[in-house]
Amino acid sequence: MNVLVCVKRVPETGGRVTLTDDAQDIDTRFLGFTVSPHEECAVEEAVRIVGANGGAATVLTLGPEAATDQLRDAMAIGMDRAILLETDGRDWDPVATAAAIVDAVRAETEAGTTYDLLLFGNEAADSGDYQVAIRVAVALGLPCISGVKSLEIHDGVATARREAAGGWEVFEVPLPAVVSVREGINLPRYPSVPGRLRAKKKEIARSVPAPRPSGPTKLRLRLPAEQERSVEILGTGAEAAPAVVELLVRLGLVSA
Amino acid sequence: MILVFVEHDGLLPSRSSLEALTVAGRLAGSTGVPLEAILFGQDAAVVAVGLGAAGVATALTLSHESLDEYAPAAWGRSLGSLAAERGATVVLAAGSDRGNEVLAYASAMADAAMAANCTEITPGEPFLVTRQRWGGSLLEDARLDGSPRFLTIAEHAVEPETATAPTSVELIAVRPEPTAADLRVRVVGRVPPKAGLVSLADARVVVGGGRGVGADGFGQIEELAVLLGGAVGVSRVVTSAGWRPHAEQVGQTGTRIAPDLYIACGISGAIQHIVGCKAAKSILAINTDRDAPMMSKASYAVIGDLHQVVPAISAEIRRVTGR
Ligand SMILES: Cc1cc2nc3c(=O)[nH]c(=O)nc-3n(C[C@H](O)[C@H](O)[C@H](O)COP(=O)(O)OP(=O)(O)OC[C@H]3O[C@@H](n4cnc5c(N)ncnc54)[C@H](O)[C@@H]3O)c2cc1C
Ligand SMILES: Nc1ncnc2c1ncn2[C@@H]1O[C@H](COP(=O)(O)O)[C@@H](O)[C@H]1O
Repeated sequence: MNVLVCVKRVPETGGRVTLTDDAQDIDTRFLGFTVSPHEECAVEEAVRIVGANGGAATVLTLGPEAATDQLRDAMAIGMDRAILLETDGRDWDPVATAAAIVDAVRAETEAGTTYDLLLFGNEAADSGDYQVAIRVAVALGLPCISGVKSLEIHDGVATARREAAGGWEVFEVPLPAVVSVREGINLPRYPSVPGRLRAKKKEIARSVPAPRPSGPTKLRLRLPAEQERSVEILGTGAEAAPAVVELLVRLGLVSA
Repeated sequence: MILVFVEHDGLLPSRSSLEALTVAGRLAGSTGVPLEAILFGQDAAVVAVGLGAAGVATALTLSHESLDEYAPAAWGRSLGSLAAERGATVVLAAGSDRGNEVLAYASAMADAAMAANCTEITPGEPFLVTRQRWGGSLLEDARLDGSPRFLTIAEHAVEPETATAPTSVELIAVRPEPTAADLRVRVVGRVPPKAGLVSLADARVVVGGGRGVGADGFGQIEELAVLLGGAVGVSRVVTSAGWRPHAEQVGQTGTRIAPDLYIACGISGAIQHIVGCKAAKSILAINTDRDAPMMSKASYAVIGDLHQVVPAISAEIRRVTGR
């Protein structure tokens, strides 16, 4: 059972976001980097599936050289090897991203590695395009289940559940298949120190895909207009409790 | 022609589809082209006749025993081929799970681009959209090329409106011919929602707990939530640490809440958390740090240690209500 997981390097923004002067990107000078929580869960799921069924788990990213950090993070929790599709660091649109991933999967097949399962995040943390997994599936002629929060693999069949209207929808597809997952499907482990050391020695295969812009074409980023709010301080410490309850009564949430 | 994929429950269109129809209706009006809708399922016609109020001139209804249940690839295929056949210039859906999914299929099959979760559209050449990034905490102005143009409308970006000139809807029943390959992906079973629980998404009051609550402090948060008849919501730090289940996570990769009051205890207010709670009518922040970003989103605040403040509030509620 071979599993491929696709992850995307994104800045780890906290409480406030500032943009670069040309408004093309988030100013990342003081920020760390990570991948989407959905993708962290995809990595964890791959490690578990390969642990249970044998085979190998590969993590792939399209991004700058620095994205090797995110590949190493994934290998530290148990991915076996990594593929870097190296770019100059500018954003690729989702059509171009999917095409580069498809080429990489085909190249792997030619080199003798076929994947039974391709795992994605439901949407990338930054661009939120909601489409790369589906584009890859359509190009490769594979079935795709999106937004998955529970996945079981038995006898070459993937059974997946996703949330719908408070309940669950169940899907069942034969492998090979594409699955995009959501945070909550599992609780990812933290990397161990030996895991980190092992990750340093694992292989990263590199190639440089040719850019082929398609769309949508990003022109500029903007911060949404902020509602001006002034905060009313109800008090300090436990002494504030009566003022809070007065507020709850006023809002009709507590009837005195 | 502008073609809108309309989701429904067999009786009425979904709220987010009505929002998408509102945007599509304005676009159709300003560019002088007709508005058409596409609906799947046995009851599609029942819903479609009501779409005149939204300005829909023609509704395509598709029913077939193997795709009356949700089948995203087959639905996307039908949508794409009807759009091409009827010469749609824009294909539009709600930025819901299904809307984004079906349009991703249709655009991928047409080898065209798709812009997800748009909040504004400026038609013309170039055709410009504003779309949400980071769950809506950042906006992107983008150019969308291709024919047709595929896009989805971010949920809650507009209020659903009825058209100024209601139309009578021409219904056209189309018999789809799904391929076996497309039908590999379809709903084969359902698990109904659990009855009787206050769902986080619908709760009137949410008591939220973050890192400041600590591994052992959630009893206090739960107690206050129960007293207020509300639900518990948490930050990602809390779910990642395994203190609470992910189902309680509020934010970009969790649940979006819209309560009358959100009581955020020991939560700093990272942008990914804020996108999940910004629809709250008001926020009460309880935090030791008066400069926490949550303070600038809150209407009310208590400065202090939540481990003292929260139990004091619960005790005061008991005193006032005599419980
Ligand atoms: C792509 C992506 C998606 C994400 N999605 C989500 C998401 O869906 N939901 C989410 O929540 N986060 C999400 N995050 C994580 C987010 O960026 C923050 O890391 C997280 O929200 C911080 O949680 P917190 O506020 O509990 O912790 P912290 O940021 O550590 O804040 C703790 C707060 O508690 C206060 N405090 C400490 N002790 C006390 C006390 N005794 N009494 C009162 N106050 C106290 C502190 O002053 C501080 O303000 C995401 C991140 C990324 C990169
Ligand atoms: N640059 C990238 N490199 C690798 N995988 C990616 C990249 N961009 C998107 N993906 C994958 O596609 C998923 C959906 O992305 P999107 O369609 O852009 O929202 C992400 O969660 C990733 O799994």
